[in-house]
Amino acid sequence: MRQIKLVRNILLGIEDLLLHKLRSFLTTLGIVFGVGSVVAMLSVGEGASKEAMDQIRKLGSNNIIISSIKSIEEESTSTTHSHMGIYGLTYEDGVRVADTFKTIRQVAPVKLIRKEGRLGERALELRIVGTTPIWFELVQRPVVAGRVMVASDDDERAPAAVLTEFGARKLLAAENTIGQSLKIGGDRFEIVGIVKSESGQAGNIQIPDQEVDVYIPINVARTYFGDITARMTSGTQERELVELHQMIVQVNSIEDVEPTAKGIEDMLKRFHKKKDYLVSVPLALLRQAEATKRTFNVVLGSIAGISLLVGGIGIMNIMLASVTERTREIGIRRAIGAKRRQIISQFLIETVVLSIIGGLIGIGMGVLVPSLITYFAGMPTVITVASIVLPLVISFGVGIIFGLYPAVRAAKVDPIVALRHE
Amino acid sequence: MIREAESNSNAKIIQLENAQKIYQMGSSEVKALAGVTISFERGSFWAIMGPSGSGKSTMMNVLGCLDRLSSGRYILEGRDVSTLDDDSLSELRLRHLGFVFQSFNLIPQLTVQRNIELPLYYLGWEASSSAERARELAEKVGLKERLHHRPAELSGGEMQRVAIARALANDPQIIFADEPTGNLDTATGKEILQLLDELNKQGRTIIMVTHEPHVAVYAKRRLHMLDGLVEGVEGRD
Repeated sequence: MRQIKLVRNILLGIEDLLLHKLRSFLTTLGIVFGVGSVVAMLSVGEGASKEAMDQIRKLGSNNIIISSIKSIEEESTSTTHSHMGIYGLTYEDGVRVADTFKTIRQVAPVKLIRKEGRLGERALELRIVGTTPIWFELVQRPVVAGRVMVASDDDERAPAAVLTEFGARKLLAAENTIGQSLKIGGDRFEIVGIVKSESGQAGNIQIPDQEVDVYIPINVARTYFGDITARMTSGTQERELVELHQMIVQVNSIEDVEPTAKGIEDMLKRFHKKKDYLVSVPLALLRQAEATKRTFNVVLGSIAGISLLVGGIGIMNIMLASVTERTREIGIRRAIGAKRRQIISQFLIETVVLSIIGGLIGIGMGVLVPSLITYFAGMPTVITVASIVLPLVISFGVGIIFGLYPAVRAAKVDPIVALRHE
Repeated sequence: MIREAESNSNAKIIQLENAQKIYQMGSSEVKALAGVTISFERGSFWAIMGPSGSGKSTMMNVLGCLDRLSSGRYILEGRDVSTLDDDSLSELRLRHLGFVFQSFNLIPQLTVQRNIELPLYYLGWEASSSAERARELAEKVGLKERLHHRPAELSGGEMQRVAIARALANDPQIIFADEPTGNLDTATGKEILQLLDELNKQGRTIIMVTHEPHVAVYAKRRLHMLDGLVEGVEGRD
């Protein structure tokens, strides 16, 4: 019964507003832009965090990636003849990191070697990733065929290799490739599985796997290929000694990520003379996303706030004019027996209906704007239920706040004076 | 005296006891009602007369529960209403009183039907039953075909009929008519007065404010006012 009455009152309010279509429409514009900005703001913020979350998922949210890099001094001296560059993480670092921090669950050491791989007639420049089975736990990728590396592969020094889907396709490997032998350099490896791979960058962090990877047990890599790599560049032989190219560290919980990364950084600083390592934290991407989100919230939030304020004042202004214009009507209603609060609710409903209609148009606009932002600025945007519901609540609130004063003014009209009002 | 007034409440629908209404105009006081004591019988038809400034409009507003006395008592149907708050007065108007005004006072954006339904809307009637009641009333005042017109499309006489239909919607015991023929030509005015007379014959108390003697003759009793006081009463029920 009460609800029926409210619906009826709302319909009556809409009827009154439709008497002045243009005026009602213009009145809502402030709300339209305000709400539009709110929707856009929320969707940009949401898009930024979703992108960050996706990237973090590729990298592993609980992971810390430590990479060997050539230090700046090394870069300048390595041009001399027959010089051997020695830099990067050592096997000792690996043991030390794993032993020092209680927060670390497991560590996957990585050795990278570039070599040509051959499968039958086909050859491909591969990136040999010497690692342990833990790698596949930390960098989770779907298995296309066969299996990933297992502990026994390493222990038996069995020359097993896992290919990526991309590499397998390039080498024209089919499913029956499992069990065939892949020739790397002069050595034969048995292909035991094929996994999917990611590549490229997530934010400013290099994704640990590449499309041309082939995974072999790290001990096999050490035994077969050693720690020294030699490369011919412009007639000069460049030799490098790098024990570990990477360590992927997984900590117990997401809260441990940043303190542990800091600890590792400090520890490495103590044992390395040069800064020949880089500690990357995927979780930091989330911080970046939050920073983007904050910037957008400040900019669009200010626009939204100002628009909503202006819109609200506009609505209040029009409603005050409407109260004056309808003084006589108010007097008639009061004379007939309408109570003050019934007059208040009549005008309040009109204001709220007006601002909610503005809000709905604004949401329509706000849904359009993010796709334009994505198109022109290349920023990801996501529209969620919250980014629709919140603006509706806001426009309802604006209607109540800015409608209250005109409505109270209307209710204060003295019926005797109002009836004489021309 | 009070006791007597209350014992007679069945017959007397309206009683004013030393009613005063004082307006503050700057530093001076204006007594619109300067101590009026009078009572109206149930089912009577009164005309309140007097020149402008005599206090007849104030009298009407007080009796119609639109205004409150500065001092004195107003007993409506045996109930002292002089101290009621705004909400209670609204409730009284809604349930027991009907108003007809000189300038009709219809709400321009609403159709005839909606205007007639207005009191029923505030009484909380359901849409279907109030629509039916509006149809009945429109038929009663001879405006059945005009239900979906807006006031601007009607003649003065028709508008006043709509106003009467609206005043009747809540089935009031008392109808207040403030110069009901003031904006109408003589012939139309006569029709409206006949309509009021008919309503009086059906048992409703009618209190009409007018300054025109030829209008006042339709009332059974006439109350002459001057300077906020009752100057004289004539006629009988």
